[in-house]
Amino acid sequence: MSNAPRAHASFSLGRRGLLLGLGTAMVLGGTRAAFARLPGERRFVVILQRGAMDGLYAVQPYADPELREIRASLALPEPGQEGGLLDLGGRFGLHPAFATLHAMYAANEALLVHAVAGPYRSRSHFDAQDMLEAGADQRLSSGWLNRALGALPNPAQARTGLAVGTNVPLLMQGPTPVGAWFPPGVEQPSPDLYARLAALQAGDPALGTLFAEGLRARGFATSTLGQPTREPGRGRFPQLAAAAGKLLAEAGGPRVAVLELGGWDTHVAQANAILGPVRALDEGLGALKTALGPQWSRTVVLVITEFGRTARANGNAGTDHGTAGVAILAGGAVAGGQVKTDWPGLTADGLLDNRDLRPTADLRSVAKALLAGHLDLPGRAVAQAFPNSESVRPMAGLLRG
Amino acid sequence: MSTRSQIAPIRFGLGLRLGEAPPEDPQAWLQRQILQPADPPPGLTATEALITQNINVVLRDEASGVARTRAPELRAALERHGVAIPDTSPLPALVRRETLRWAARRLSSPDPFRDRLVDFWANHFTTSRRGGAMATLPAALEHEAIRPHVTGRFADMLVAVTRHPAMLIYLNNNASVGPNSAASRNGRRGLNENLAREVLELHTLSPAGGYTQGDVQEFAKILTGWRVAGDRAPYDFLWQPQAHEPGPKHLLGRRFEEGEGSQEAALRFLAAQPATWRFLAAKLARHFVADDPPPEAVRALETVLRDTDGDLAAVSLALVSLPQAWDPPLRKFRAPQDYVVAACRALGVTEQRADLVIGGLIALNQPLWIAPQPNGWPDRMTAWAAPEALMRRVDWAYTVAGRAGVSDLPGITAAALGPLARAETVGAMRGAGSMRDAATLLIGSPEFMYR
Repeated sequence: MSNAPRAHASFSLGRRGLLLGLGTAMVLGGTRAAFARLPGERRFVVILQRGAMDGLYAVQPYADPELREIRASLALPEPGQEGGLLDLGGRFGLHPAFATLHAMYAANEALLVHAVAGPYRSRSHFDAQDMLEAGADQRLSSGWLNRALGALPNPAQARTGLAVGTNVPLLMQGPTPVGAWFPPGVEQPSPDLYARLAALQAGDPALGTLFAEGLRARGFATSTLGQPTREPGRGRFPQLAAAAGKLLAEAGGPRVAVLELGGWDTHVAQANAILGPVRALDEGLGALKTALGPQWSRTVVLVITEFGRTARANGNAGTDHGTAGVAILAGGAVAGGQVKTDWPGLTADGLLDNRDLRPTADLRSVAKALLAGHLDLPGRAVAQAFPNSESVRPMAGLLRG
Repeated sequence: MSTRSQIAPIRFGLGLRLGEAPPEDPQAWLQRQILQPADPPPGLTATEALITQNINVVLRDEASGVARTRAPELRAALERHGVAIPDTSPLPALVRRETLRWAARRLSSPDPFRDRLVDFWANHFTTSRRGGAMATLPAALEHEAIRPHVTGRFADMLVAVTRHPAMLIYLNNNASVGPNSAASRNGRRGLNENLAREVLELHTLSPAGGYTQGDVQEFAKILTGWRVAGDRAPYDFLWQPQAHEPGPKHLLGRRFEEGEGSQEAALRFLAAQPATWRFLAAKLARHFVADDPPPEAVRALETVLRDTDGDLAAVSLALVSLPQAWDPPLRKFRAPQDYVVAACRALGVTEQRADLVIGGLIALNQPLWIAPQPNGWPDRMTAWAAPEALMRRVDWAYTVAGRAGVSDLPGITAAALGPLARAETVGAMRGAGSMRDAATLLIGSPEFMYR
């Protein structure tokens, strides 16, 4: 490594970033060449909403006569009234803070799937998140999206998958190596010291490859996003979404990305508590679209959460853990402008256990349709992503023809 | 000196401090910390935390002229309680004092194994400042409910934690009202299941314990009435019978009569379930031995918990007697908290620079008392060892090596790894261009990432 380039104070920041990428290539050998081999042009983004979004609150069935009875103050005014819902075509309305998503819906670039849930019936956040990400009704050690990535052309070398965050969520863990990106926060060593550190890590069976990938991802991110800034908001969801969009838009960039957004566990004073996460998600979707530019037309964004919440408010103007909820699909490749649902109703008989919105669609059928129809995965690969689910057919009509 | 002398401070303690010799008799060193600990450190009370929070709200609302505010009411209550209200909010200083106190203790602890156990149980019973009006309550929970019982009985810790204002507020029991109680006002206010569910799932039985949604609801009814006087005297736990759900309740088939005392009885009943012993044994073994601990190690700890009725001193001693807990090489990946504390101790960071520890926890994504969810920070390598996370580790190592200042490189090496340092690491350090780079290579070496 003695001939690895050194950074000097006299180099400009841009030069240093270039050196970092160069140093990376020297450490890793041939991976830079792999960038040239393009995988498919379609983009797929999954946003995990941790904490369980109240689907009945985000997308309200205002035409259902039971809604006001059962939800009391959590039922927002109908479309057209002050502070009212944003209309989705006569039966359902979006929470008014979803203005960007609503504009996408109006432009046929967003659709909502209602009364949907995974196959598990756990009301534990942590079990349910694990199973949502594993793609099964039991815990697995890898995520469905990682298994799906394995079937894409040349996935490992090209780093088709990208986890936005310092850690990789279960959804993206598994046999196919994926990248991870998050804005760096502290001082950075010289490229030479990075190279020496990489050489040390190479002696460890687990850390060697992780560190090499960290260097590679940093080098790529720096050449795409420029030198990291230290602005205070750089770790906020909309900023992360914008950065993810830029990386996805690059010719040699990742094609599949995962982001996470917490704060949905609204047990108390839900009307206020949910505003922060709703605004962050709405702004983030807009930032993704802007950053993806022309690639937005080839993009599907899937927003999913571990379960819905109780149909009735609890004793604190909040909601407890429930079952079915909403999945949001956005992007130019989506057959937007519709709410897809087999509405179960909110009567005592319609509800599950006289408590939760009853699931009438399986989240796996939504994800399967996107893997098969959007990423063009063969049936065998879709089955590997979602094992033991032959009876769950891909949902029709989600994608633009 | 045996390998065990090197392993003990890394695996069970917080790492050696610069200049500290490895223990001659590691077993005796660990046992002494359980059986004859130094006096507990000073700490924060829930009352102090809650009063400070109230003063903060009063001053904030008065300064910004909020129209609908409880500030006058809160101010009157504080003054009735004899609290003098200062001109500026004491809350930021208190947050700073408590976080630095936590870090300074980890840098200089006379009982590092005991502090590791405190941190283990604080994570088991996670409360988080992310949960709204939590001020500095997690510090009070550690001081008042966890540290006093860390080598006592699990049931006592469970009761102390569950009735502590930090937990009652964090998991919303403070807002839970029996639907048929007087305080429900004809059903306008009602039950909140959050605390009941998480006690069953995260603190005692775990989902393997096989409870039902019905058990969650019944337990939530039992817990009604355990509240916090957060905005008035006594600024502490409060038993409020008007909020308690009347009538008997059934939890796991056991009947609990209404009233004060049923909460503690139910918690002690849950603490003594075999599923609870099994769950706690597996968590302890995972933390101290391996991500997937050998089943015989888990069984040994489970047996001790069952035979001693949950004696946490006995199970801690059993832990350090497990042969599997001493097996080299070290393969338990250090979570950021372990990593940052051990690095700062080896670098000789003083208590006056405890801010370096707090900054490191933020930089590496495990900020103090801000766990994202009630299940606390993960305890497996897959959760922490990711490409960008590793990059941030070495970035931080480089940063802290610069800020702490490096002069005694041999001493730092001895404290960080001693004979556990690989030849490659020692060689790379020798070839480094500066003391700072050499220390970065040491703290950034793969062997320092494990404990």
